[in-house]
Amino acid sequence: MAISLDEVRHVAKLARLDLDEPEIMSLQTELNALIGHFSDIQAVDFGGVDPKLHASNLTNVWAEDVPRSSFKRELALKNAPMSKAGLFLVPMIIED
Amino acid sequence: MPNYVTSVGMEVHAELSTKSKMFCRCQVAFGGEPNTRTCPVCLALPGSLPVPNREAIEMVIKTALALNCKIGGTKEESIFHRKNYFYPDIPKGFQTTQYGEENPFGYHGYLEIPTPDGGTKRIGIRRIHLEEDTGKLMHLPSGGSGIDYNRAGTPLMEIVTDFPPDIHNGEEAKEYLSQLRQILMYLGVCDGKMEEGSLRCEPNISIAPEGSKELGVKSELKNLNSFRSVQMGIAFESRRQEAALENGETLLQETRGWNEQKESSFAMRIKEAENDYRYFPCPDLVPMSFTPEYIEELRANLPELPLAKFQRYTQEYGLSAYDANLLISEREWAYWFEEAIEKGGEPKAICNWMNSDFAKMLNEEGITSRQSKITPDHLVELVKLIEDGTISGKIAKTIFAKAYETGDMPKKLVEASGATQISDTGAIKAQVQAVLDANPDVVAKYKGGNMGVKGFLVGQIMKATQGRANPGIVQQLLDELLSS
Repeated sequence: MAISLDEVRHVAKLARLDLDEPEIMSLQTELNALIGHFSDIQAVDFGGVDPKLHASNLTNVWAEDVPRSSFKRELALKNAPMSKAGLFLVPMIIED
Repeated sequence: MPNYVTSVGMEVHAELSTKSKMFCRCQVAFGGEPNTRTCPVCLALPGSLPVPNREAIEMVIKTALALNCKIGGTKEESIFHRKNYFYPDIPKGFQTTQYGEENPFGYHGYLEIPTPDGGTKRIGIRRIHLEEDTGKLMHLPSGGSGIDYNRAGTPLMEIVTDFPPDIHNGEEAKEYLSQLRQILMYLGVCDGKMEEGSLRCEPNISIAPEGSKELGVKSELKNLNSFRSVQMGIAFESRRQEAALENGETLLQETRGWNEQKESSFAMRIKEAENDYRYFPCPDLVPMSFTPEYIEELRANLPELPLAKFQRYTQEYGLSAYDANLLISEREWAYWFEEAIEKGGEPKAICNWMNSDFAKMLNEEGITSRQSKITPDHLVELVKLIEDGTISGKIAKTIFAKAYETGDMPKKLVEASGATQISDTGAIKAQVQAVLDANPDVVAKYKGGNMGVKGFLVGQIMKATQGRANPGIVQQLLDELLSS
């Protein structure tokens, strides 16, 4: 299975990446190499192994509904490139 | 011009009333200073690991049971998925949710709504799943957007009706939402506050010519924050679409906003294609499974739901549909009523007091029954005092108002005011005679055939006894003395 240039463009758009043609070409090569690894896995015989929803054998891992303390706001905002009045600031969002 | 049939699919989001968030233990609350309830998990810092809130899962299963659903995770394991999209209200780049037809905690259920003809109609429910709420985005006047992640990660239950839809107009949609809200509040899983956004409804509406097998192009309606706006918004959309089709226009699949002031909808965005969310099982969260014993235990412990209460109140207590509906409107109100009945109150009398004087006083003050000084004990005692003839219904109103104000028990108030009803025939007879003696002209009028003046005489007697004379005995004695 190979990835087409249009599929690269589609995935780039979903990831909000603005790529030029040479970047799209090189990503196609890289992604195809990556998908090639899965072909190797697919070649392995898994006969007799049931499909699973999760790699681990754990089920029902959860926590009781007991609140604990949160970040101090200064700490929460510490890595934000921009913040104002206690809010994370991002460029104006125009819904598409 | 064909007749059009409207079809409405309902997507309801309910914020669950847990104390902590869905995948971290940050506190859940409304409002507050922005970004004061966040942590590495809900801010999606690298290396953080989500752990599901057990209570939230249980709340969804309870809701699914109350809505007659099959339960996911009983036959095969139930899992969480990632719904991938980039938008700053979700810091992880994906929303954790549940995907697929038989994987959610609830599927293939129904809710019965009352119909105008007194019957019920079954509204199919396709799925009930658990996901997480997003942060709040605020567009700043200075340009740019500010984000508050306090709400990010709040457990959010999504309830989706069947396709093709069973709902065909705004009234049914409103009724569905109102029944659903009541059930959620009885289960104690959501506070139902539409104005605060803890219960949000996004109907999608389409119209098609009667008899058509295909549904029309749908629009999704947002910003509906009351039952009224849900009903009006759907009615408006259905008229708007019909007018557009009659004008030969082509409808577009779009998201529209509801403008409450203008009572009309406006285009927000056109949906060109289904978003490509690339759902996949969340590797950070392990599968969940539930034993039949656990599910049956939850089912057995469900509280009596509003519809069952309604039937019991009308059939067992003989209350009118109107009265029963008022009593079940809020869980706390119904429980208050039932406590009074358990304490020996006569259901009809208790109900009348609750739905008239008590409700009026609570509304005026803007408080709930549990916040007032009146307890079920007060009302039970008051109703007994009327039943055994100690006080008249009229005096009871004054006593109730005093008890509401002070919290004193009715018996004590009656004793203190000396307002007990006079049922002693001898004492009343003397008063009646005195009034007749004082008003010979009126008596003459009565005897001359003007029966209407009797009311005046009764009024005079009640006045003379400060309203305490037993009205039945007054009438009887008056008739006797006037005819003698």
